Amino acid sequence: MKNEPHAMSRSSGRFFSTVLDVLIPPQAGSVRWGDRVFHFLARGTALFVIFLAILLAGDLLRGSWEAIRHFGPRFLIGTTWDPVTGEFGTLPPAVGTLIKSVLSLIIAVPISMGSAIFIAFYIPKSLRAFISYPIELLAGIPSIIFGLWGLFIMVPMIRVLQVWLKANFGWFPLFAGPAVYGVGVLAGGVILAIMITPIITAISRDILLSVPRTQIEAMLALGATKWEAIWKVALPYARTGLIGAVILGLGRSIGETMAVTMVGGNNFDLPTSLFDPVHSMASLIANEFAEATYNLYVSSLIYVGLVLFCITFLISLLAQLLIWRLSKGRIAILE
Amino acid sequence: MIETAVNNAETGLSTADRHFVYRKVIERVAWTGMVVCVLITVSLLWVILGYVIYRGGAAFSWEFLTTLPQPAGEAGGGIANALIGSGFIVGLATLMAVPISLGAAIFVNEFPSGRLGASVRFLAEVLTGVPSIVVGLFGYALVVQPTGQFSGLSGAVAYAFIMVPIILISTQEALRLVPTDLREASLALGVPKWRTILWVVLPVSSRALLTGVLLAVARALGEAAPMLFTAFGNPFWNLDVRKPMATVPHLIYTYATGPYEDWHNKAWAASFVLVTVVLVTSLLARAALRNKSDD
Amino acid sequence: MTEEKQAIDSRHEDVVPTSGRAMSSPIYEKEPKKAVVKESEETLLVVEGLNVFYGKIKVIHNISVSIQARKVTAIIGPSGCGKSTFIRCLNRMHEVTPGGRVEGKVLLDGEELYGPTVDPVQVRRRIGMVFQKPNPFPTMSVYDNVAAGFKLNGTRDRRVIEEKVEKSLKMAALWEEVKDALHKPGTSLSGGQQQRLCIARALAVEPEVLLMDEPCSALDPIATAKIEELIRELKETVTIVIVTHNMQQAARVSDYTAFFYLGELVEFNVTSKIFTTPEKRQTEDYITGRFG
Repeated sequence: MKNEPHAMSRSSGRFFSTVLDVLIPPQAGSVRWGDRVFHFLARGTALFVIFLAILLAGDLLRGSWEAIRHFGPRFLIGTTWDPVTGEFGTLPPAVGTLIKSVLSLIIAVPISMGSAIFIAFYIPKSLRAFISYPIELLAGIPSIIFGLWGLFIMVPMIRVLQVWLKANFGWFPLFAGPAVYGVGVLAGGVILAIMITPIITAISRDILLSVPRTQIEAMLALGATKWEAIWKVALPYARTGLIGAVILGLGRSIGETMAVTMVGGNNFDLPTSLFDPVHSMASLIANEFAEATYNLYVSSLIYVGLVLFCITFLISLLAQLLIWRLSKGRIAILE
Repeated sequence: MIETAVNNAETGLSTADRHFVYRKVIERVAWTGMVVCVLITVSLLWVILGYVIYRGGAAFSWEFLTTLPQPAGEAGGGIANALIGSGFIVGLATLMAVPISLGAAIFVNEFPSGRLGASVRFLAEVLTGVPSIVVGLFGYALVVQPTGQFSGLSGAVAYAFIMVPIILISTQEALRLVPTDLREASLALGVPKWRTILWVVLPVSSRALLTGVLLAVARALGEAAPMLFTAFGNPFWNLDVRKPMATVPHLIYTYATGPYEDWHNKAWAASFVLVTVVLVTSLLARAALRNKSDD
Repeated sequence: MTEEKQAIDSRHEDVVPTSGRAMSSPIYEKEPKKAVVKESEETLLVVEGLNVFYGKIKVIHNISVSIQARKVTAIIGPSGCGKSTFIRCLNRMHEVTPGGRVEGKVLLDGEELYGPTVDPVQVRRRIGMVFQKPNPFPTMSVYDNVAAGFKLNGTRDRRVIEEKVEKSLKMAALWEEVKDALHKPGTSLSGGQQQRLCIARALAVEPEVLLMDEPCSALDPIATAKIEELIRELKETVTIVIVTHNMQQAARVSDYTAFFYLGELVEFNVTSKIFTTPEKRQTEDYITGRFG
């Protein structure tokens, strides 16, 4: 080591530029430090976004670790939720989530698809934005408002419906539950359906609009009615993207919290009919988290959150892959 | 168009014509079904908004906006603390979210970022689907647990997590629309890349950027679930982010699920305020975009 | 002549009745098309005073022309002169375009295609179309593509459909190339093959007229030659109207040629006359390459 006056600063300078070289490979024409620093910062924020996602997953794992250690996978099929004895299982809320979401899809998908097809093909371009406007506004209404409306306006109506159904069709197993609550699987399914309809409609409409005109014209030129051209050519062509839109809606309905908490019922029995009140995973966490007093309790709730996160993450992933595959990347989902 | 059966030797002519009528009927039935669907979808908004305006408007008053809540069940009082709290927490969240999303969007769009860029963009799309209750858990684990108490800061962190993907996606889309010629012209004049991005590309797309931020803000303003165990709510004035703070959506939830009739009315009125603010913000956001591109 | 008769006979032999047989009046009595050989030329498609609009903009000005049966009529002219718009009016496809509007008369075999009670669906059954860029349905196999239009009239019989598919592919000179790969997706074929597939698809519904909108412009020369040869064969059974920007192609393939310019019919005559002794100055200028 030469005993030069500025040996330290020179080697540290060299070290710094080596680090910089590794972190930001110098591009042609941007050897300036300004550009490299900027690139570094931009890249840093992008990495930070990835870091945030990992942080979320990590925190969920960390928080639920105690419950995972204690219960293991049997948590997923356990049917007891008893804070007193410390016995927790998430099957009823999981089933509740699933049933309400499936029901919401059954209701929402035909209505959304019908609307999307009509808007994409049967409405002149000038009117399209006008008709789509209320639908897009609906997508922007906060879920708590749906919950409020659902609780005070919709649930009484559902109650009337349930009583009527039970009186006339009570033999049907799905109508066998207690009709008088109003809150329950049916109410949850309906409010979720209302909430996911705008999303599925808007995305499906965009996807259908991207079907090349020449395909549809080819079918028309063979002597097909407009409906036949849509049914036999446009829909199959858009099939992948449409499925993606539905799955996106499914993901939304699974993760939805406030509205479902308020109208879905808060009960731990496995639901056997449409009228049974039952928790969803999200509503369970929402209801009990602030009251959870001891570690295993909190950890179990976070475990539920982890399960919920994994399910919605996978569904979102699937939906994005399907939608991207059709349009090659660019339907900006401004939620 | 309906033909009577023509008498001729070729078999099946009338079958074909019946079939044609059948096809037209199918189209008509489908059309009717679709019209019903559209009517349902379009009217949903008015049904919900209608009730909010009706019930909320009834309980609304100037006092409602400007006073603190009364002790439980007592008439009078308002949601002023929640209004301030929401604004504060969302504002803080915006301050946190914008630099991150902006930087990441710039990275994805302005630099040859290859797989990393595509992954970040894809990840953002996927992250928009994270349930808001899980985001609340994020805020809890990150801030509430280490600090040992509920706080406005944890709420802001949760909101920021929701806002980042939204702003990232819309910003990147906005940047993508800026013509390459603009960048090349600037670079050809010798302006360094970073200046080009900051002083040329960003200003040009500023309206669209604003739209994205406003939409994210509108979204965050309405989220109640993350607040349940982060900001936690507070019946008093509080501007200290290290302590619990009230937010409007959380308040609506508390009031709506509470036992008092008065609270229910207040929930409606608060919803009225919330819906107005959120919808106005959304409309502003879209209006900003529309003014820019006149088509 | 005998070949012609045979061709026409075979065409009507196993005809599955199309519902477009008579299209307009509620009570309509007409003799079924008999396999009669007409020695002289007959006019099949008559256009009278056609004015065509996109919204308020008029793009076709007062065109009147007669298309002869079982002949190839070519429409030439510089880009933007309204050729494609014109033929899209013949099978009522123009009104599918937003803002598309048609005034005037088009008569097929004496029947007004734009009559108030006429359904465009039935018009398109009798007048088929092949587009500029081959557009086979990507979600369907070769077999399903050809059968797509044909099945619209409700036929379910597998054998009838199979026969029809084979026959149409043979007419389009594609059968040999795809007969062992009928289940493959329609888009797995080459460009030229795809276009012939589209032709087969259009022929399967047995149209009386086949409209071709620059069918070879997206194809290489070899595929183009194949299709031109196909056109020469097809005209024995189907009337063909072809739009082309390639004058040599028009000269090679057509019996009659119409020259359009800026939405007007400048000249219409037997092809040989148009290309050797055109009557109008504009036609001559275009033919000799002075513009367009």
